[in-house]
Amino acid sequence: MSMKATVRQVDSVTVVDVSGRITLGEDCKQLREVIREKLAKNHKNLLLNLADVTYIDSSGIGELVSAYTAVSNQGGQLKLLNLTRRVHDLLQITKLYTVFDIHDDEAKAISSFATAS
Amino acid sequence: MSVTPSSSDTKSKASVVEVTLESTLKNVEVAEEISRRVSATAGFGPEAAFQMEMAVHEAVINAIYHGNNQDPGKSVLLRFLIFEDRVEIHVRDQGKGFDPDRLPDPVAEKNLLNASGRGIFLVRKFMDEFKVETSVSSGTEVIMVKHLDSEIQSN
Repeated sequence: MSMKATVRQVDSVTVVDVSGRITLGEDCKQLREVIREKLAKNHKNLLLNLADVTYIDSSGIGELVSAYTAVSNQGGQLKLLNLTRRVHDLLQITKLYTVFDIHDDEAKAISSFATAS
Repeated sequence: MSVTPSSSDTKSKASVVEVTLESTLKNVEVAEEISRRVSATAGFGPEAAFQMEMAVHEAVINAIYHGNNQDPGKSVLLRFLIFEDRVEIHVRDQGKGFDPDRLPDPVAEKNLLNASGRGIFLVRKFMDEFKVETSVSSGTEVIMVKHLDSEIQSN
């Protein structure tokens, strides 16, 4: 199954529900486009919900890092929500677990943006 | 594409699965599917099977993109040798090769936010043995091994 990204707005936070595979090629490109589009509209609080991500490869991890950097450079925040065990493990192996702000409760994740800004 | 399973390699008692892939992104998923079948045949559990599949995914992408420069006229030879206690995987491309010890360390502080450079690192994490052989005549071959007992120990 290829990647699907659905966007919804919760208060000041843009939640991107990502499902399927985040791998090299169209999947990564699609995720990049979604982030770019939101940043262009000045939506700088982004929460990526990865609950339904079945597979992520090194390019997908690179895409998450690029998104994080792009959002940070615009003065925004990108956080991650609901990691599957495998995504969690991969972020630990690649030492990115401490780079990202990671949440497992959506309401708390949303409110963490408000307190920070 | 041709898949050739056989057990003719009696000298080393390995069962062999070999496939030649065109250098296209679609074939990465073909390689993953074969990896899953091989894992089942070898008797790997789900975790080891996932790790091997990811290693195959990354190694084949590396061969297609960096080895063969996405030239569909160039192919990747993927070969699984299934032994009683391990699976040995060969991924051969038609490129000039690389020195895995000279790749930037993706978990070094200064490289953490790099957008790429984690593929071979993950292959080495997930497989028990890893080496790269390059020759002028036959291209570059990544050889990686996963032992059956490595999973028993980790569970």
